[in-house]
Amino acid sequence: MSKTNVSTLNVRRDHGFQRMDASEVVFKVLAYLFIGVFALLCVYPLIYSFSSAISGRVAVSEGRIVLWPQDVQWDAFNEVIHTKTFWIAYANTFFVTFFGTVYCMILSILGAYALSKKRLFGNKFFNFLLIFTMWFSAGMIPMYLNYIQTRTILSTMGISDQKWLIVIAMGMNAFNIILLRNAFQSVPKEIEEAAVVDGANDFQIMSKIYVPMSKATVATVALFYGISRWNGYFWAMKTVSNVYDMPLQVVIQGQIAYIQEQIAAGGTIEMGTYAAYSVAYAMIVCAIIPILIIYPFIQKYFAAGVNLGGVKE
Amino acid sequence: MADVQISKKKTRFPSSQLDSLPPEMRASEEEVENIEKTYWKRTFHDMAKDWRLYIMLVPLLFFLLCWKYFPIASMVVSFKDYTAGSGFGGGVYSSAWIGFDSFIYLFKTTEFWSAFRNTFTLSFYGLVFGFPFPIILALFFSEIKNKLFLSTAQVFTYMPKFISTVVVTSLLGMLLQSSNAASNIAAGPIGYIFENAFHLTNLVSNPYAFRSIYIISGMWETAGYSSIVYFAAILGISPTNYEAARIDGANKMQQVRYVTFPGMAPTLVIMLILRMGELLTIGYEKIYLLQQLGTYGSTYQTSQTISTYVINVIMTSSSLNQGIGAAADLFNSLLSMVLVLGSNQIARKVSSTSLF
Repeated sequence: MSKTNVSTLNVRRDHGFQRMDASEVVFKVLAYLFIGVFALLCVYPLIYSFSSAISGRVAVSEGRIVLWPQDVQWDAFNEVIHTKTFWIAYANTFFVTFFGTVYCMILSILGAYALSKKRLFGNKFFNFLLIFTMWFSAGMIPMYLNYIQTRTILSTMGISDQKWLIVIAMGMNAFNIILLRNAFQSVPKEIEEAAVVDGANDFQIMSKIYVPMSKATVATVALFYGISRWNGYFWAMKTVSNVYDMPLQVVIQGQIAYIQEQIAAGGTIEMGTYAAYSVAYAMIVCAIIPILIIYPFIQKYFAAGVNLGGVKE
Repeated sequence: MADVQISKKKTRFPSSQLDSLPPEMRASEEEVENIEKTYWKRTFHDMAKDWRLYIMLVPLLFFLLCWKYFPIASMVVSFKDYTAGSGFGGGVYSSAWIGFDSFIYLFKTTEFWSAFRNTFTLSFYGLVFGFPFPIILALFFSEIKNKLFLSTAQVFTYMPKFISTVVVTSLLGMLLQSSNAASNIAAGPIGYIFENAFHLTNLVSNPYAFRSIYIISGMWETAGYSSIVYFAAILGISPTNYEAARIDGANKMQQVRYVTFPGMAPTLVIMLILRMGELLTIGYEKIYLLQQLGTYGSTYQTSQTISTYVINVIMTSSSLNQGIGAAADLFNSLLSMVLVLGSNQIARKVSSTSLF
């Protein structure tokens, strides 16, 4: 604010540097520090889990692990790898994630394409039907009763595999459909008209023009569906009664709670090379690895796919 | 008279336009009917031409009907004495009506009101602490010019959002454990700090620690991801504004105060209003899982929200009727709908943008 700033401006300009006020320097340093520390805090629990999973029994039970592993062993991972229920659950989650994402994407893309067409008679009404589900949700008990009813209907139809219940009845999200609809609406109308002249029908226009042109949004929405499928816990826990159809999250929650209970009760005598907790950490690491592999590839689409643009027409 | 009636009856054209026409120019009844007929004819023709669009819509509508609207219809169970049945709707429709008994029962219990208060308190604290944090993060993000540092930091900070609630709460349980809970347990890093610095042990069963755990871990999970919106808003501010402020001698704090904040004000306002609308729609999965960490019921005093009340009290015990849970659900859903729509109205008034 003082006059000295103006004079420094003139002096520094001669050197071709961008003038930096003292407060700006402080702010910049603060920014790097803050972001750096927060970014490290974000990954710290994962590194800590991995270190604890591969550290020796004494190091873990004495609480010596801070960041790096000590007395490295892979027996805890080995035990997880040899736990059959864990891999059944893992396979179940892959099943649910794959078919669930495909199912949700098909319904969402088809629905969003139709909803994006203003010429569709009753467009406003159908959009309202969708948006109303964002305003008003049925609540836990009616949904619970509904899922149980769906489970019974599926089993009377001969589908006793309860993974299909999760795939079919859960996971759709109105907001994702609206993201897709807005992306489809922003595709220029002239392109569709040109395709119509060339004799393409709606299915062809959608799959050959609209979906490729909205690639970023489609990828983001697919990621959202995939991750919510992979991470889905509560309704799977409440509605899947068959142990062999339980997805991963339900199983690891149960197993980690069991390990913690046993330790708290003093029930485990730790004799091996690894602490009981290392098994829990190893399960956590196994459960997030697929997400960590896929996520960086799709992360770049976020900014393009998700905007505040909102639900409004 | 007939003309006036027609202009009232007509829906396709605004009646004010018809009224302003001189009488001889107004359409007679037959002409209007003809126009109506051709309108419907054209509509049907268009619909028949666009049959593929309707085919596309069918799966989505089927899903909405079966798993969104059917449960909403099932909410009538809150006015019924629910007994499980094998018929359509699993006994919801065959149960006997009992009127508002469930609601009366619910509103008399102190547990419900405590859960109601906790719902508001938790989301209010979540708003107070969780709302500014992503903004600060975005402010700092915009200051970082090193491309590699920026993209690495973004990858790291967005990531917690995609880790499952089960993993987050299990990790929390293990990081927060304290060593004197049992002799052979090691303290987790956070538990170790709290045990030695504040003499607080067994954080997961401590009702006074619950809110902090919930809100701080929530900030860890979502802050990076929520900052995307603000970061985009800050990037949208023209650099010439900063140049002008600098030439006027503004220091960094003044630049933030007079350039950045006004520039991102529309985004700030709308995000704030929309967050207010979500005060009652608080995620139940994480709270439910956090409750499972401690000894049974130890944190209910602060952690029990309406949804977890429904889960813990009604879904797990057979003594209480499902109808009472549905009544709590209906109460919650109605109130949150009022909040969401109200906040949207305000957002529309304030910034002429709204979510719906």
